[in-house]
Amino acid sequence: MKLRKLVVAASVAAIGFSAALTAPAAYAAEEQFFPVLAYRTGAYAPNGAPWANGFVDYMKLTNARGGVNGVKMIWEECETAYATDRGVECYERLKGKHGGATAVQPLSTGITFALTEKAPVDKIPVITAGYGRSESQNGAVFGWNFPLVGTYWSGADVLVQHIAKKEGGFDKLKGKKLTLVYHDSPYGKEPIALLQERAKMHGFTLSLLPVAHPGVEQKATWLQIRQNKPDYVFLWGWGVMNSTAIKEAQATGYPREKMYGVWWSGAEPDVKDVGDGAKGYNALAMQHGAEPNAKVVKEVLEKLHAKGQGTGPKEEVGQVLYMRGLISAMVQTEAVRVAQGRYGKGKRITGEQMRWGLENLNLDQKALDALGFAGVMRPVHTTCIDHMGSGFARVHTWDGKKWNFSSDWYEADQKVLRPMVMLASAKYAEEKKIKPRTPEDCKN
Amino acid sequence: MSFFLETLLGGLMSGMLYSLVALGFVLIYKASGVFNFAQGAMVLFAALSMARFSEWIPEWLGMDNLFMANVLAFTISIVVMFVVAWLIERLVLRHLVNQEGATLLMATLGIAYFLDGVGQTIFGSDIYKIDVGMPKEPVMMLESVFEGGILINKEDFVAAFISALLVVALSIFFQKTSTGRALRAVADDHQAAQSIGIPLNRIWVIVWCVAGITALVAGVIWGSKLGAQFSLSTVALRALPVVILGGLTSVPGAIIGGLIIGVGEKLSEVYLGPYVGGGIEIWFAYMLALVFLLFRPQGLFGEKIIDRV
Repeated sequence: MKLRKLVVAASVAAIGFSAALTAPAAYAAEEQFFPVLAYRTGAYAPNGAPWANGFVDYMKLTNARGGVNGVKMIWEECETAYATDRGVECYERLKGKHGGATAVQPLSTGITFALTEKAPVDKIPVITAGYGRSESQNGAVFGWNFPLVGTYWSGADVLVQHIAKKEGGFDKLKGKKLTLVYHDSPYGKEPIALLQERAKMHGFTLSLLPVAHPGVEQKATWLQIRQNKPDYVFLWGWGVMNSTAIKEAQATGYPREKMYGVWWSGAEPDVKDVGDGAKGYNALAMQHGAEPNAKVVKEVLEKLHAKGQGTGPKEEVGQVLYMRGLISAMVQTEAVRVAQGRYGKGKRITGEQMRWGLENLNLDQKALDALGFAGVMRPVHTTCIDHMGSGFARVHTWDGKKWNFSSDWYEADQKVLRPMVMLASAKYAEEKKIKPRTPEDCKN
Repeated sequence: MSFFLETLLGGLMSGMLYSLVALGFVLIYKASGVFNFAQGAMVLFAALSMARFSEWIPEWLGMDNLFMANVLAFTISIVVMFVVAWLIERLVLRHLVNQEGATLLMATLGIAYFLDGVGQTIFGSDIYKIDVGMPKEPVMMLESVFEGGILINKEDFVAAFISALLVVALSIFFQKTSTGRALRAVADDHQAAQSIGIPLNRIWVIVWCVAGITALVAGVIWGSKLGAQFSLSTVALRALPVVILGGLTSVPGAIIGGLIIGVGEKLSEVYLGPYVGGGIEIWFAYMLALVFLLFRPQGLFGEKIIDRV
């Protein structure tokens, strides 16, 4: 009996203590909270962990620089294992902590789909830099989604432009065969609509080969590729699916030089254990590639890792996915700065105010250079209607030891993308009974 | 025709790799009546151990001989798997003697999660390379018979050969050695085996050690193919339809089952997949196994259970 009383008393005390920790009143006014939905375990950990390391390191760096006008970044990490249900659970658990989440970055298209309907209710922006729903570029309908810097449609468009350039023009694509090997998930299916549109425009044949999660069995897929002999293979994989695809290409004799991965299929974990077999393999660089010489990377090493305060292995700082995490954190930090400019410098901002910041990002080259991102990426300008802000990308190629840029910059063709975005978002608005925002609404 | 043969051969060789994992299930079930859900986790653990020790040993000893590093890493990994086997018997199975099969199954489920987590904590969760010199480039055969020839994946071919050798060795072990017979006796009836002086605990340690070695061989081969990383634990899911089809108690069943599943899933993906949107091979393997069960509930080579009413 005594023991039971003790247990009850301890439980009550624990609940009270944790409530005190999470109560809105408990947050310090000069702190800005960001949930970190990461995956450091499971099938996708080799790719998820470097992103999370870069993301967290940038927030640490921001604090080391003195915060955003004195406001410190605080965060809490939650393990999603790249599973949609766990991602939603993490979001629900963290959204109200420390006075409320400022924005969330799910690092999963599946989780993004699930959060797209929750975000407007909770008034928390969902930032999906380089992933998520492609039509969410239209801020009039997707008021809370921000596919900053690139969507899968912009990525696929750049890839088609690149192979057209290699062939000598779009007219030379007629009669060519292109195969898309994709992760059989919302993520992998995203580029299909754009590629079908481009196939209609230029007369190439598009074959679709889905690969079931996690993507370790692709023999049948590559036997079909061997039979069909496509001119190019586009790879929309993630995690172990990428390296398996390259290994199967080698095993079936498909030239790696004719393979092009999306920017989630073009990082060090995808190629390093393939060895020479990956030589010549190409992938999109979502603006940045591996950037060991970037000023911001040197600053991270100096201010964090040299003092034992860095996140993850020091040797991975500056690698492709680490840089993706760094950039993802940088754009959200700069949005906080923009929002503070309107709602009060040195003050904590709300999710709604953060949305305004994200819709008024104006990262010109000068600003990027000052932040240490010179040569890493191109300017980003968002508006209330354009939530992507930049559609530039380039191609990089693995030489057996490192990624090297192998193309100039391309910009996704908005003449192709825009009608698709408008059509798909209008359909979404009709289904969900959303009244699109007008230019007048955007002023508020 | 040549494409059909390529798909068929590819399926047969994949099937041999599934058999290698399925053997681990069969060994433990045959000797202890336990359906070891942790077999996939053991494959992952063994592969991670092999990959990391082959990386660490040259650093520790300052050597650059890959062959010696692999031999030492393999030896250490065998010891690691023996320790894992001993701990499983000591801390889990010993306390569950004569419990219901479902209890033992749940215990192995716990072991699976534990090994997955601990393996990644100790060895890391990145993709690690296992380089045992497996050939990666394909070869073309029968070029004079078929236009363009038939493509053979040398790595799969070597892996299938190693699997076949392991199967022969295990069959001899079970049929011709006194320990093998003791293992089968324990599987038939724990209490009866104990009553004639067979030491149950020691037998369980032995069978988990043998399953550990099988997991290590499977881990090295799969790890060489895919890299040593978390997804190796899901390879066990590919072996489940194999044991359903082949029967839980039969070593030859694991082999034949593996070949049928391997061929079935590849042919289905290539020839049926395009009509239903593709990506069907995983569920098709289970469906194939279930269809077989309709006609032979005990599996192809499983022992028919007849109970007196």
